[in-house]
Amino acid sequence: MSLLNWLKPEFWDYKASDKGPFEYHFHFRSMWKKRILLLALAAFGPFSCLAIFDYLVTKHYAEKEIHLRTAQIVSSTTRTVSFYLNQRKTALDLISRPYSFEEISSDQNLLDIFHSLKRTIGGFSDVGIINSSGEQVGYVGYYDLKGDNYAQETWFAETVAQGSYISEVFLGHRNIPHMIIAIKHDQTDGSFYLLRATIDTESFNQLLSQTDLEGTGDAFLINHAGIIQTPTLSHGNILEKSPFPVPPYSEKVRVNETTAPHDKIIYGYAHIPGTPYTTLILGHKSELMAPWLKTRFIVIVFILISILFIMFIVHALATRLVNEIYTTDKERILTLREVAHTNKLASIGRLAAGVAHEINNPLAIINEKAGLMKDILSFSSKYSGDQKLVGSIDSILNSVERCGTITKRLLGFARHLDVKLQPIDIKAVIEDVLGFLGKEAEYRSINVNIEVESDIAIFKTDRGKVQQIFLNLINNSFAAMSDGGHLNIKIIHHDNDFIAVSVEDDGCGIPQADLERIFEPFFSTKTKIGGTGLGLPITFGLAKELGGDIKVESTFGKGTKFTVYLPLTPKEPKEKQED
Amino acid sequence: MSDKILLIDDEEDFVETLAERMRSRDMDVSTSTTAMEALEKIDHESFDAIVLDLQMPGMDGLEALKRIKEKNPNLQVILLTGQATIEKSVEAMKLGALDLLEKPASIEELTEKIKKASTEKMILVNKENEEKIKKIIRGKAW
Repeated sequence: MSLLNWLKPEFWDYKASDKGPFEYHFHFRSMWKKRILLLALAAFGPFSCLAIFDYLVTKHYAEKEIHLRTAQIVSSTTRTVSFYLNQRKTALDLISRPYSFEEISSDQNLLDIFHSLKRTIGGFSDVGIINSSGEQVGYVGYYDLKGDNYAQETWFAETVAQGSYISEVFLGHRNIPHMIIAIKHDQTDGSFYLLRATIDTESFNQLLSQTDLEGTGDAFLINHAGIIQTPTLSHGNILEKSPFPVPPYSEKVRVNETTAPHDKIIYGYAHIPGTPYTTLILGHKSELMAPWLKTRFIVIVFILISILFIMFIVHALATRLVNEIYTTDKERILTLREVAHTNKLASIGRLAAGVAHEINNPLAIINEKAGLMKDILSFSSKYSGDQKLVGSIDSILNSVERCGTITKRLLGFARHLDVKLQPIDIKAVIEDVLGFLGKEAEYRSINVNIEVESDIAIFKTDRGKVQQIFLNLINNSFAAMSDGGHLNIKIIHHDNDFIAVSVEDDGCGIPQADLERIFEPFFSTKTKIGGTGLGLPITFGLAKELGGDIKVESTFGKGTKFTVYLPLTPKEPKEKQED
Repeated sequence: MSDKILLIDDEEDFVETLAERMRSRDMDVSTSTTAMEALEKIDHESFDAIVLDLQMPGMDGLEALKRIKEKNPNLQVILLTGQATIEKSVEAMKLGALDLLEKPASIEELTEKIKKASTEKMILVNKENEEKIKKIIRGKAW
C-alpha cells in the first residue's frame, strides 16, 4: 500500500467538478495517462523494434552457422574415412606389388607382408591370397581359412571387374563386424590373383568417435540400404536398420532439417566415393541453438531490466510534469471558479437591476394612484367616514412600500461599486455601527460586549462596506434575539494576514438545513414579516469584494456566530467585470 | 404663494396623478411627458422646482438636466428615478441637481424636497438681487 501511495501522484484525487465552464481543462488523471502512454511509446517503440530485429537476424545467422558447421564436419569426416580406407588400399597394393603370385603364395612371405602392414599403418586383422578360380591359396590371421573358395561371393566378382573393392561391414566367420579390402593383381601371363585384407573395425570406428560434436550429436556411417555401419550414440546398433530415413544419394555435402517427435534435427550427409558408405551427422537443433538462445536470454533480461528502468523514469517524468501543471493550474482553477461565480452573481445582478427598474415605474404609478384615492377620501367629506376604504388604501400603500424596499435592495445587490480604500480602526468602525443601533439595544436591554485582542493594527479597507457588513450582521442578531439577550463581538488576528471579527448572539439560531442556504439571494424565513432575503447575500458579497470571507456557526435555539475575515492587506482592485 | 412646479416623466399616468395630488396640496403644477416639451415650457415660464425623471425615451434625464441648467442655472431640479445607480446620481449631482429620489417615492418626501428647492431658489434669487443692488450701489456715485 505504501508503495502504491508513493506511486500515486499528488493530483490523483483531484476531482474535476462539472460545474465550471472551464473544468474540462483539468482532467489531470487522463492527462497523466496520456503522458505515460506517449513517453512509453516513444521509449519502447524503437526499443522493441530493435529487440525483434536482433532476435530475427541473429537467429537466421545462428542457423546458417550451424548448417555450415555441420557441413564442415560432414566433409571432414568423409575425407578422413575416405583417406583411411584409401591409405590401407594403397598400402596393400604397394607392399604386394613386387611379389609374384608364387612368391606371395608362400606362407613366409605373406606373414612378412602382414607384419609389415601391422607395424606401419596398422588396422589389418588378416590377409589372404585368392587365385583366379576363387580359392584362397595363402592366409595369415586368426582363423585357418586356407582353401576356402570365394568364387561365388559378390565381392570376388566385383573385385575382378573393378580391380579393387571395399566391402560393407558384415559379421562373417568370427561373428564380429568387420569389412574387407580386396585388390586385383594382373600377372604378366594374363592370369590374376586377389589380395584380400580384413580391416579391424575398432580403429575405423575410432575415426568417427573422434568427431567433435556438440551435446547428443551423432556421427556414423550407413550403407545405401540404410544399415548402420559404425557404432552410434543413440540411433541404433551396428548392422541394424537406421531409424533415420536414408537421404538421397549425393557426393556433395548436404545439410537439411527434419522434424523428430521432440525436436528438430539438423542432419548433414555425403557419400564417400569408392565405398558403399554415406557419412551421416545428426544434431538436435535445440542443443545446437543453445549458445545463441543463451545470448538471447541475456539480451531479454537486459531488455526487461531496461523496460523497468524506463518505466520508472517515464512514471517519474510524467508525474513531475503533470504535477507541475497541476500546481500551476490549481491557482488558475480557483481563479476561474471565482470568476465564474462572480460572473454568475453579476448576471443575477444585472437581471435583478433590470427587473427592479421595470417594476419601480408601475409601482410608482400604483403609489400615486392609491395616494390620490387617499387624498380624495381625506379631502372630500363624502367618503371620509369610510374607514374600510381608507384601510384598504393604506394597505396598498404599505404593500407598495414593501415592494419598493425589495427593489431598492435588489438594486443594491446589483451595484458593483469601486472599493475605496482608507485606513480604518476596526473597533471604531464597529462602535460607530453600534451607535446607530444603540437606542434599540438600550430599549430592549440587550447587553453588547466588545472584546479586542491587543495590537490590532489599523489596516486599509473600504470603510463604508465594512460598516454595511456589520450593520447587517448586528441588525440580524438583534432580530434573532429576544429582549435582554447578549451580543458578543470579538476582534482577533487570524493567521497572519487576516483579522477575524465574530458576532455572536444567544438568539434563536438557524436550523442546520437552512444554514447552507442563508447566503443565497431570496432565501428568507422572514418574508411574512418584511424580510427580503437579500441582507446576507449582500453582506457576503461585500466581504468577498473586500477579499475577505464570512463563516457561520449556529445551533438552533441557542444562538448564531458569524465570523467575518478581513484581509490586512487589501485585495488588488479587480478590473471591472461589467461593461 | 403656491410653489410653481414642473413635472417631467414619460409615464403620463404617473405624471398626471402626481400632478393632481400635488395640486390638491396647493401647488401650481405643470406637466410634460418629454424633455423637449419641458424645455420649451421653461423658455416661457419660471418654476420654483422641476421634478425630472432620469430615464426617458428620446432625451434622457441627465441630458435634460444639462440643458435646463444651461438655460437657467437658478432652476432647482429634483431627479426621480426607478434605477438609482451611484454613478448616475453622482453625475446628476455634479450637473447641479438638488436631490435624487428613488421611485416609488412617497408624496410627503417629495413635498419636503420641493419645499427645500423653492427655499433654495428663493435664497439664490435674493442673493442675485442683493448682488444687483450692491452693484448698483457701487456703480453709482451717491
